[in-house]
Amino acid sequence: MTSLLVLQQVRAVDPARQLDAVVDIVIERGRIIRIGRGAASELSPSEHVKFVRGPLTVFPGFIDLHTHLREPGHEYKEDIASGLKAAAHGGFVAVCSMPNTKPVNDRRSITDAIVARAKEVGGTRLHPIGAVTVGSEGHKLADIGDMRLAGAVAISDDGRCVTSSSVMRHALEYARTFDMPVIQHAEDHALTEGAQMNEGAVSTRIGLRGWPRVAEDIIVARDVLLAEATGARYHVAHVSTHGAVRILREAKSRGIRVTAEVTPHHLLLTDESVIGYNTACKVNPPLRLAEDVAALREALADGTIDCIATDHAPHSGLEKDCEFSAAAPGMLGLELCVPLLYGFVLDGTLRIERFVDALSQAPAGIVSLERPTLAEGARADITVIDPEARWHIDPSKFRSKSKNTPFAGREVRGRVTMTIVGGNVAFEFGS
Amino acid sequence: MSRPFRHLLDIESLTRGEILTILGLAQKMWEVSERSVKKVPTLRGKTIVGLFLEASTRTRSSFELAGKRLSADVINISGSGSSTSKGETLLDTVKNLDAMSPDVIVLRHSSSGAPHFIASRVRCAVVNAGDGTHEHPTQALLDCATMMKHKGSLEGKTVAIVGDVAHSRVARSNIHALTKLGANVRVAGPRTLMPVDIGAMGATVFERVEPAITDADVVMVLRLQSERQEAGLIPNTREYSRYFGVNSRNIELAKPDAIVMHPGPINRGVELEPELADGSRSVILEQVTYGVAVRMAVLYLVAGGTLDEG
Repeated sequence: MTSLLVLQQVRAVDPARQLDAVVDIVIERGRIIRIGRGAASELSPSEHVKFVRGPLTVFPGFIDLHTHLREPGHEYKEDIASGLKAAAHGGFVAVCSMPNTKPVNDRRSITDAIVARAKEVGGTRLHPIGAVTVGSEGHKLADIGDMRLAGAVAISDDGRCVTSSSVMRHALEYARTFDMPVIQHAEDHALTEGAQMNEGAVSTRIGLRGWPRVAEDIIVARDVLLAEATGARYHVAHVSTHGAVRILREAKSRGIRVTAEVTPHHLLLTDESVIGYNTACKVNPPLRLAEDVAALREALADGTIDCIATDHAPHSGLEKDCEFSAAAPGMLGLELCVPLLYGFVLDGTLRIERFVDALSQAPAGIVSLERPTLAEGARADITVIDPEARWHIDPSKFRSKSKNTPFAGREVRGRVTMTIVGGNVAFEFGS
Repeated sequence: MSRPFRHLLDIESLTRGEILTILGLAQKMWEVSERSVKKVPTLRGKTIVGLFLEASTRTRSSFELAGKRLSADVINISGSGSSTSKGETLLDTVKNLDAMSPDVIVLRHSSSGAPHFIASRVRCAVVNAGDGTHEHPTQALLDCATMMKHKGSLEGKTVAIVGDVAHSRVARSNIHALTKLGANVRVAGPRTLMPVDIGAMGATVFERVEPAITDADVVMVLRLQSERQEAGLIPNTREYSRYFGVNSRNIELAKPDAIVMHPGPINRGVELEPELADGSRSVILEQVTYGVAVRMAVLYLVAGGTLDEG
C-alpha cells in the first residue's frame, strides 16, 4: 500500500495561483502536502512511495458539467460504472450527470440512487443534476430542494428546453433559494420541429430539415432577461451560435449572473461534417457554420464562454446505425475532450491558463464545487497529461460502452496519463 | 472511359457525361416501348425488388414496367404490407431482402439519405426512387429526357421551377441535373416554401412567379401538398393559386414555344390551371412515358451494364 504519491519534476499549471513552473508535488492522505521546486528531493521510491516522472504537465483536476451516463434506464448505452471509468480515462476528476435518464431524475429517491451507485463505483466523482420540471415535461417544478439535499448541484431539463417563460421564471426564482444554477438547453422547439441538422446551404442540399440558429438565440435572449429580473444564476448548456455568444457578451457586460459552456464538437466541426448522412455527427444543438465555430473559439478564449463541457452522449448501434432521421442525437465526449482540445493550446487558440480554467476551476465555480487547485493543503484532484504524445483516436480503447464518435482515427496531441481523485489514482495510462 | 454503374443514389454525384449516357440509353429504351412487342430479354434472370416505404403509384408502376420490359423478375413491397410497419428496422428489412440475392433494390423512403445508408450495407445495387426531401434522380433524368426531346441541347436554356421547392426532392435533383447540362435554373415560390441558401446549389431565386417565368424555355410546376397549409406555410390554396400558381395568363410571359411540366400528381386549380395542364404546351404525359424509358436505362446499367463517360 503506497502512502505517498510523488509527481516529480512536472510542469504544474494552475491559473488560480498564476502558477506555471516545474515542481515536485507530494500527495498524502488525499491532499497535496508539499509542492515546489525540490519538494520531493528527500524522498526516494519505495513500497510506500510511488513516483511519477517524465515530461508531464499537471493541472487542477478537470470537471465536466455535462454528461449523460444513462443510468437508470439505458444501461445498454452506458452506466454509472462505465461512464465514470470513461471520465477518469479522459482526465476528469468529477462529472455532472444530466437528469434525462429513465425515469427522469426529478425526485430525491432517484438522486439518492445515483449518488449511492457512484459511491460504490468510486474513482471519478459524480454530481447529479436534477430536473427542472417533473418528467422534464416543462410544466410543474420538480422536487428541487429535496434533490439539492441529496446532492444535486444544478437543475436542467437538458435535451428539452424549458419553453414556457412562466415556468422558466419560477424555476429561476425557486432555484435561487437553494443557490443552484438553472442550466438551459436553449431551443425554441416551435422553430425546430422535425429538425435534423443546422439550417443552411448544407441542409438544403442534402434535404434534411433545418434547425435555425435563431431558435437558440431567442431562448438565450429571453432567459438572460429573466435572469436579470430574478437575480438567479443562469447557465447556458452547449452554446452553438454566434448570436448566442453576442447576447451572452452583452449580458455579462451588464453584470447579469449568466455563465455558459461549449462542447469540443461545436468548437471543432461544422455542418459540412454531416454530408454523407454521417449519423455520428448528428447532435443537438447541431453542428453549425464556420462563422459560429470562430465566434465560439473567440468567446471561449476571452471568457465570454466560461467553460468546456463535453455533452458526452453515448448511443449504441441501434440509435446510430440507421437512416439519419431515425438516429438519436449526441456523440461521446469524455475520452475525447482533452486530446481533441489540447491542440488549441499548441496552436495558440487558447492560452494554457484559459484551457485549464475552462476545464477545471470555471466549471467548479458554476456548480459551487470545491475549486481544484495545486496548492499545499488542497485536495489532491489532479489531471496529468503527456503533452508530447502524438496518437490516433481509437474507439476500441474507450472505457465507455458506446463508440459513437466521428473522431475515430484522428491524430491528436497530448494524452491523459493519470487522473488523481482525492489522492487516489482513478486512472493511470498503461496500467 | 467507363466505370461500373453500381448504384443510382443521386444526381449530384453524376458527371455531365454520365447523365448524357443514361439519357442516350433511355432514348433506345423509349424505342422499345414504342414497339408492338414491348419486351427485350436484356435482364432475363435478374431480380428487382421495389421497396416503396412511402406512398407511390406513378414511380412504383413505372419501375415495375421498366423491369418487366427488360424481362427481369420484379416484386414490389409497399409500406403498409412490410415488416417495417411491424417495427423492423430498415436495415434489417433490407438485409433480409439482400439475403435472397436480388440484383437491384429500388427504394423509396421518407428519410433523406436512406438509400445511401443501405447502399453501404448490401451486396445488390440500390436505386433511389425518392428519399425524403433530398433527391429523386430518375425523375430529374426523365424530366431532362423530355426537355431535350423538345428543346434539343439544354445548354443556355432557361428552366423555371415554380412552387414548393423546400419540400421537393424533384427540384433538388433537377437543379443538379440542369446545371450540369448547362441550363439556367430559376426557382420561384413564397419564401416560406423556399429552402435557405438554395442559391448555393446554382439556382437563381425569385419570390414572384412572373419574373421567374419571363422568357423561360421550360416552366416546371411543383405539387403543393395540402399539409403546407395546415403547417401555416401558406394562408390557403386559393391565395396560393392566385399569387404562385401557373396559369394561361402568366405563361404568356414565357417564350412562345415554352413547355409546361409537372412531376405529378397535379392539384388541378391549385399550382396549375387545368386548361394549361391539358393544353398544347403541356408535356406532362410525355414525362410519364419517358419515365419508363429512363428507368429501363437505369435498371439496365445498375444490373450489370457499364456507363461510358461522354
